Amino acid sequence: MPRTTVYEAVTQRLEILDLDGQVDAELMPEFDPNKILEFYRNMVLIRAFDNKALKLQRQGRMGTWPPIQGQEAIQVATAMAMEDSDWLIPAFREQGVMVLRGIPGHTIYAYWAGDERGSEFPDGIRCFPIAVPVGSQWQHGAGVGLSLKLRGEQAAAVVFGGDGSTSEGDFHEGINAAGVFKTNTVFVIQNNQWAISVPLSKQTASQTLAQKAHAYGVPGIQVDGNDIFAVHVAVTEALERARTGGGPTLIEAETYRLGDHTTADDASRYRSDEEVDQWRVKDPVPRLRKYLEANGLWDDEREKNLEGEARKWVDAQVEALEAMPPQPPEAIFEYMYDKMPPHLEEQMAALKAEVEG
Amino acid sequence: MSGQRQRLTIAQAVRDAMRDEMRLDPTVLVLGEDVGVDGGVFRATDGLIEEFGPERVIDTPLAESGIIGLSVGLAATGFRPVAEMQFMGFVYPAINQLFSHAARMRNRTRGRMTIPMVVRMPYGGGIHPPEHHSESYESLFLNTPGFKVVVPSNPYDAKGLLISAMRSNDPVLFMEPKRIYRAFREEVPDEAYTVPLGSASVAHTGDDVSLIAWGSMTRVCHDAAEVLAVQGISAEVIDLRSLNPLDRDTFIGSVVKTGRAVVVHEAPKTNGFGAEIVAQINEYALMHLEAPVQRVCGFDTVFPLAHMEKLYLPNRDRVVAAAKKTMEF
Ligand SMILES: Cc1ncc(C[n+]2csc(CCOP(=O)(O)OP(=O)(O)O)c2C)c(N)n1
Ligand SMILES: [Mg+2]
Repeated sequence: MPRTTVYEAVTQRLEILDLDGQVDAELMPEFDPNKILEFYRNMVLIRAFDNKALKLQRQGRMGTWPPIQGQEAIQVATAMAMEDSDWLIPAFREQGVMVLRGIPGHTIYAYWAGDERGSEFPDGIRCFPIAVPVGSQWQHGAGVGLSLKLRGEQAAAVVFGGDGSTSEGDFHEGINAAGVFKTNTVFVIQNNQWAISVPLSKQTASQTLAQKAHAYGVPGIQVDGNDIFAVHVAVTEALERARTGGGPTLIEAETYRLGDHTTADDASRYRSDEEVDQWRVKDPVPRLRKYLEANGLWDDEREKNLEGEARKWVDAQVEALEAMPPQPPEAIFEYMYDKMPPHLEEQMAALKAEVEG
Repeated sequence: MSGQRQRLTIAQAVRDAMRDEMRLDPTVLVLGEDVGVDGGVFRATDGLIEEFGPERVIDTPLAESGIIGLSVGLAATGFRPVAEMQFMGFVYPAINQLFSHAARMRNRTRGRMTIPMVVRMPYGGGIHPPEHHSESYESLFLNTPGFKVVVPSNPYDAKGLLISAMRSNDPVLFMEPKRIYRAFREEVPDEAYTVPLGSASVAHTGDDVSLIAWGSMTRVCHDAAEVLAVQGISAEVIDLRSLNPLDRDTFIGSVVKTGRAVVVHEAPKTNGFGAEIVAQINEYALMHLEAPVQRVCGFDTVFPLAHMEKLYLPNRDRVVAAAKKTMEF
């Protein structure tokens, strides 16, 4: 009875754009320059959107907000690789993807400001609600991917989660099921190195998160998540596989949360400024700008115009948010059941009477 | 050190309880998400890792089922884990471990194995947080035999009850009213002391109507009692403190005296623990009642987002109105 190797696995990492804005010519796909400009524009827009929310929060005009600064490349690349027919299943730090999928910015602001109308998405957008219970959404990614497969749709489910969420059972159950059923799913881990105060090294003894895919018979790849080209390539490959019956893929996008976990957190309690500075150098936004400049696609004037555009768009979202009239008390009760049961009717009537005095 | 007192918040009293008990009992461990270096998202474990090190104050992977499953293993073999669920709204992944194992290990092993574990959970609304950060799920645990369920409403009780919980040989769910974690300070002894589990307190004496509550709703009842006093109605406030075991004698005794009762809780009304209190009043004090018992509770809905949590949560005026209803019956 010999002792043999029954399984060996290799996990790849993809990087295309370096810190100086130079690309690996062999790995760089043929991108239309306008698309690259769109990458940049979208990153700048969602960063402005995020910064504004932080400002509003400090002024007491916004609730708890989970910043995405540093993670824009993943969000823009994924949103732009997706088709309208694909489903997005977000965790809670994907407001960039959500906006780019067509959910109005002011709606997302409203959700985090604590307004129920922040959960009213426009019809026709294939997007699940934000999932605050960490990791729960991974399973929905498998389920939606199975649904698309069963209905014969050439579409994919793209589900997001953080590095910390890979410790929840839901992550493993979701990928395992997706592997068994070969679902049309793309699992995207935004590995921003931290789960509140817990670093990745305390989350797992695995060297990478991508390698966890092997355990479930699913292809996995690690990408530099601050390299928008690499993310776009990996997501596009995975989407193609998912839509054409090739089954699920796990993508670990390595990035960094430059801000606090949320506005309720103080990251200086658990991580050093030096660490943050080391990652600031890898910031995806200036990195792509360097590429654009090196290729004659960008200058200060264009930057100024884009900043103006971003400011205008963000201000319009704030205006729309603040123009919303107060919610009526019915909003608490309306959507509990298809038909409101009598005891809820009673409770709602009592509250209305109380509010109307 | 003996005899010293300090003015502490509930969050600090909770921290001191763990610190004092860890000094006395080397088998006490603290584990959970962000409880170590960060000191807990509410700072309720602040400073513990510095004093006791990462082997006794453990930042776990982000997995509630994992935290409770680990704790069951630790507790069954000689440790006294104090596990933190970051918010009660996130306890669901751990329900299988809690219900299927922690609550019934003693029974299933015919007493051979026990789970002396405490699960600390900030609960309840009032802090304008995002979704899933405001829930009060006590009735889930109160309808699952095998747990003790404890809810302090002030710093003194928080420390004394938590120390009792850590010394309990059965699993204790310790619900912390996050809304008043830092709302006020009280004198708390420096050394370890206990407040027994299973004893309610008469937080305010009165003759006309009994206001029965626990946790942060006790404060709301205090406020209501003040308003009622001005209107010539003398309200007694019963702080149950411990929901299982339940101090029936104290709240039934109060209702027998006053003949009227209002039960107040944040959790949804239907099938909330208030229903059990009313049932026991019916069983043991029906003939003393002057009016139907009133309930002031959360609505039977999802806990709303921050803008409307004020409308959802029981408040002073609703308690006053309910008390007057019993007076005017
Ligand atoms: C089930 C559950 N447990 C705990 C929390 C509290 N919590 C919110 S975010 C978070 C950390 C998440 O880390 P990660 O998955 O890496 O995502 P990131 O926040 O870094 O984007 C925790 C513990 C929660 N929301 N849900
Ligand atoms: Mg993370």
